[in-house]
Amino acid sequence: MNNEGVDKSKRQFLTSAITVVGAVGTGYLAVPFLAQMQPSVKAMAAGAPVEVDIGKIEPGQLLRVAWRGKPVWILNRTPPVLETLKTLDDQLRDPLSQESIQPASSKNPVRSIKPEIFVALGLCTHLGCSPTFRPEIAPNDLGANWKGGFFCPCHGSRFDLAGRVYRGVPAPTNLEIPPYRYISDTLLIIGEPTEGASA
Amino acid sequence: MKPTRLTLVGNWVLDRFPLTKLWNEHMAHYYAPKNFNFWYYFGSLALLVLVIQIVTGILLTMNYKPDAKLAFDSVEYIMRDVSWGWLVRYMHSTGASAFFIVIYLHMFRGLLYGSFKQPRELIWIFGMLLFVALMAEAFMGYLLPWGQMSYWGAQVIISLFSAIPVIGDDLSLWIRGDYVVADATLNRFFAFHVIAVPLVLVMLIFMHIVALHEVGSNNPDGIEIKNNKDANGIPLDGIPFHPYYTVKDIPGVAVFLFFFATVIFYMPEMGGYFLEPANFIPADPMKTPEHIVPVWYFTPFYAILRAIPDKFAGVISMFGAIIVLFLLPWLDRSPVKSIRYRGGIYKKALLLFVISFVALGYLGTQPATPTATIFARFFTAIYFGFFLLMPIYTRWEKSKPLPERLTDQPALEERISDLREVFEEITVLKPGTVQNGTSFLGSNVLMRRPNPKGILNVIIRLAKKLKESLD
Repeated sequence: MNNEGVDKSKRQFLTSAITVVGAVGTGYLAVPFLAQMQPSVKAMAAGAPVEVDIGKIEPGQLLRVAWRGKPVWILNRTPPVLETLKTLDDQLRDPLSQESIQPASSKNPVRSIKPEIFVALGLCTHLGCSPTFRPEIAPNDLGANWKGGFFCPCHGSRFDLAGRVYRGVPAPTNLEIPPYRYISDTLLIIGEPTEGASA
Repeated sequence: MKPTRLTLVGNWVLDRFPLTKLWNEHMAHYYAPKNFNFWYYFGSLALLVLVIQIVTGILLTMNYKPDAKLAFDSVEYIMRDVSWGWLVRYMHSTGASAFFIVIYLHMFRGLLYGSFKQPRELIWIFGMLLFVALMAEAFMGYLLPWGQMSYWGAQVIISLFSAIPVIGDDLSLWIRGDYVVADATLNRFFAFHVIAVPLVLVMLIFMHIVALHEVGSNNPDGIEIKNNKDANGIPLDGIPFHPYYTVKDIPGVAVFLFFFATVIFYMPEMGGYFLEPANFIPADPMKTPEHIVPVWYFTPFYAILRAIPDKFAGVISMFGAIIVLFLLPWLDRSPVKSIRYRGGIYKKALLLFVISFVALGYLGTQPATPTATIFARFFTAIYFGFFLLMPIYTRWEKSKPLPERLTDQPALEERISDLREVFEEITVLKPGTVQNGTSFLGSNVLMRRPNPKGILNVIIRLAKKLKESLD
């Protein structure tokens, strides 16, 4: 029999060492457990670009297509609409799209490559509802100042026809513009950036 | 006497498992205050609803398919083709709303009688964690039918997390498991709804009850029955939970089931409040319904979110509205627990709080018009004012002296004579003339007619009483 008593500091050391090793092991195990909830490789690969024929969109008409499971709008804007867009800057939160997401080729006041063809991701930057297309001027429910635009029914965010957000609504930034480029005059490809541009 | 086989088997078990000890500690010798009233039904009712949800939930998983392509149709299949499937599904969907009704009333009881106050802070914290887990459970369950409202509701709620600076976008992507709400989201919500969150709920309920049985129940007088014990250490004002409260809870259960069955059989959609019309359309990622609203039990918090014209601040306020509830035991500085002995300010504040909570709940179901937003802001201010000003007004107000022992409230049958007096006062006996000519010899018939003066007196007396009760 050993009568020397218990060396508590050794026990303490062993306890701490096992705790640390256990914690590190748990930490390592947590990585695959948490990471398996990330989008799968399949989900990431599903974002293939989409080709759209814009030749048949009438002026003032909105076309909806699905890209990566999200709605993408393609709007053929008329000259009066483009004129109106120039007058709205003082009512907008980010008229020059400094804080908004768009490819460099669309970072201009009308937020598109060709002024008349407007392409945008149809999801509100507030909480992701799909705003409704309200091109009419001053309808009853939206008030006399409505110049045509997109209205989000969920939380009342308002955007103009260049997807720029008005002041005093919950959405923080302008509608996102996806990367897209023209293959020909009437054929768009959504999901591929314009050649030469980095974004 | 020779022990029977049954006793032998019983003793064999009891030597190995402390069944009698558990029973006595938590039922037969657990002493609860003798003055529990109506408000004390909702704890056991919540447990009943949980059991209903678990049983019907298990049955639903037998036919439900957690797949974006099949989910909507499998719910319709349950409703149309599975024997009694409609009943099980309606029990589950009505049960979700019933759960929140019961829990909100259970929480309100805590506010009335100060059940969250020292020494029951942990019971309240576990209860609040239960409330949060229940909201998560309900939210994830609502995605499963894969209707329009399921889809866009989930889209909005998951996007709330993207408002968190720096990690927000990655976090919401991680929750969804895809760039939009998709099959991956549905499948994991099914896993959480069916396994993960129910386990958490059951564990928290266990802790909630263990903590409760450690300190003992509060009561409408808000005084500790453990301060007055007899020679055997049994509280003088306590009665054993079993049989007294098990028996008392049975009528509560019966009345509850009466309402529950009425909803299931006659109004399972509750006019669009329990099951929303837009959810009878399959999820369409291309189009948001014109008017999206969460189910009624989330609308007060949703109205707070919409009231703030800034994404991050809105999300913070919404979560803040729940977080302040956790802090309640430390916000309240009043020396007394029960509303019966508090001063007038708390009573009025609580009344305002209830009004603002209901009003926010209503506004959350309505479109966000500018007028509605102004009202929502006003009621949001009251909601937070109730909590954040509480340290000031509860210290400030003068509470009434506490009784030594539990008080007796007059029972209904003791009030019958009072009611009769009131009835005499609001009516008057008038000699009536009989119209159809059957009266002979001018005999007069006395008829009871309302007495305007008496009615006025009664109303004035009631108003005075109401005003007094608020002081």
